Amino acid sequence: MSETSPAIEVRNLVKTYGRITAVNQVSFSVARGEIIGFLGPNGAGKSTTMRILTGYLPATSGTALVCGLSVASQADAVKRCIGYMPENNPLPEDMRVSEYLFYRGRLKNLARGRLSARLDDVLELCDLKRVRHRIIGTLSKGFRQRVGIAEAVLAEPPVIIMDEPTIGLDPHQIQLVRELIGQLRGRMAVIISSHILPEIELTCDRALIINQGRIVAAGTPAQLRREVIGRSRYELELAGDAAALPALLAAVDPALTVSPGAGPDASGFHHLILSTPREDDLGEALLGALAADGRFRLRSLSRTQPSLEEVFLAATRRSWDTVDNAAGRK
Amino acid sequence: MKHYFTILSHELRMLLVSASTYITAVLFLALMGYLFVILIEMYTKSAQDTPPAAVYFQLFWLPVWFMVPLLTMRCLSEERRLGTLETLLTAPVTTAEVVLAKFSAAYLLYLALWLSTGGFFLILHRFADDAQFLDSGPLLGGFVFIAVSGLMFVAIGVFASSLSGNQAVAAIISFVLIGLFVFGPWLALNKIAFLNLESMQGTRAALDYLQVFHHLDDFTRGILDTREMLIYLSGTTLALIFSVFSVEAKLLHS
Ligand SMILES: Nc1ncnc2c1ncn2[C@@H]1O[C@H](COP(=O)(O)OP(=O)(O)O)[C@@H](O)[C@H]1O
Ligand SMILES: [Mg+2]
Repeated sequence: MSETSPAIEVRNLVKTYGRITAVNQVSFSVARGEIIGFLGPNGAGKSTTMRILTGYLPATSGTALVCGLSVASQADAVKRCIGYMPENNPLPEDMRVSEYLFYRGRLKNLARGRLSARLDDVLELCDLKRVRHRIIGTLSKGFRQRVGIAEAVLAEPPVIIMDEPTIGLDPHQIQLVRELIGQLRGRMAVIISSHILPEIELTCDRALIINQGRIVAAGTPAQLRREVIGRSRYELELAGDAAALPALLAAVDPALTVSPGAGPDASGFHHLILSTPREDDLGEALLGALAADGRFRLRSLSRTQPSLEEVFLAATRRSWDTVDNAAGRK
Repeated sequence: MKHYFTILSHELRMLLVSASTYITAVLFLALMGYLFVILIEMYTKSAQDTPPAAVYFQLFWLPVWFMVPLLTMRCLSEERRLGTLETLLTAPVTTAEVVLAKFSAAYLLYLALWLSTGGFFLILHRFADDAQFLDSGPLLGGFVFIAVSGLMFVAIGVFASSLSGNQAVAAIISFVLIGLFVFGPWLALNKIAFLNLESMQGTRAALDYLQVFHHLDDFTRGILDTREMLIYLSGTTLALIFSVFSVEAKLLHS
């Protein structure tokens, strides 16, 4: 287990179930201490990829290395490097929280003496102190999820894999889980999957978008925006003669296009969205031009970031287009 | 095998807090107590030539048939149903350790339940003054038979549990498999006419050799035949190996 190898390295991974190709030529790598979001719609192959990484499922072809160890041939060593929380966070119903964590710690080769200290640490970290003697079956979903996370980080493995850790939680609990994962930054490489995006956006250093078994986009949230959407957008609320607007905008930036939003509202303001491929901020120029012109009254102007949601939709749509084109060409 | 004892003690603990264990135990002890009372009444009415222990163990199949499925049905199928098999097998443990530990836990409980019926004989020993009741040979032989054959029956139950994520289905499979093993050879020998043909001599001998009740007779008469033990030990090994395969094969398709 050399310290320099990336936490996870996957090359040309393929997994087929009979005729279904769940994972198709996936390659990516995760640096140590990095938090990676693994995004994709249901059935994209997220869980399958994660299960291959944990050694639970064998890959059909390709290589997967965890801490430089091959998942296929050094399964036992790999298991010791990974803390894994499967989809739906399965837990035994009739054990107490501390009992369960103790048992899992023993299975993960923690010595008895160290384990009890470590147990206190993770209970503290995951805010489970209050429920440590409760039966897991009686816990609320938020607590169960934190028990799953506590279990994953228990042995302080260099790699944490969590499959949809925020699924089915309310916004407050999602935020708690997110903070919890954020605390692991730098200490452990974390890979979390989700099909709901804002949570990934805030927690992750980098996101991989996967659709139909292929990686369709990868990068930091900002890179993804640029790469996939490729345009900056401005939203403004404006009263006045809408027909005269394009001429005025062309003076600021010829490439600006207007798409009509809602309006006019009761006080005569239109809601408009402008978009341009230019990267630099046009806010000041726009504001100046519109304020100088007496025909318009401006109420608000803002540059909007496309949400990762839109990036995600655009990326998955793009991948469907390529799939369709490929099918059409045949 | 580093984690064998960790999993074993966990499994024992889980068995001891589970309601179904106690239901099984109560049913078993009630049934055996009832049978024992009938047995004693029979012996007090008229003298018999076989010792009571031998007759008592003749009925072993009845509790085994019900108890083993009840004790083992949960062990793997529950983990599969809850999905905890995935967390268990992604910890640094091997499938063989898991199967063996679960098997051992169920087997220890099985033995403990049977040994507790030894109490019946203790009471009898204390209060009966008739020497014929007190022959400890058949009793010991009977318990050795239960211990040896139990290995295989419990292993069959574990195997059945590895086949399905549904406890009830697992219980039915082990019920059928155990029934087949206990009664199959006897039924085949008595009911299938063409086995009587001259050319089927070999098959007849093999089936005869597999008859559980013959083994029991031998054991209670104090004959500990290593070949008979071997049947059970190899049956146990096979069932456990199949369980390991079944758990791993299920992963390939899950
Ligand atoms: N055991 C299985 N047998 C057959 N197909 C499967 C099996 N498990 C998953 N799949 C298929 O593989 C694809 C990817 O599934 P999965 O990895 O669970 O997606 P995700 O976790 O991204 O929702 C899906 O089309 C799914 O139907
Ligand atoms: Mg999934």
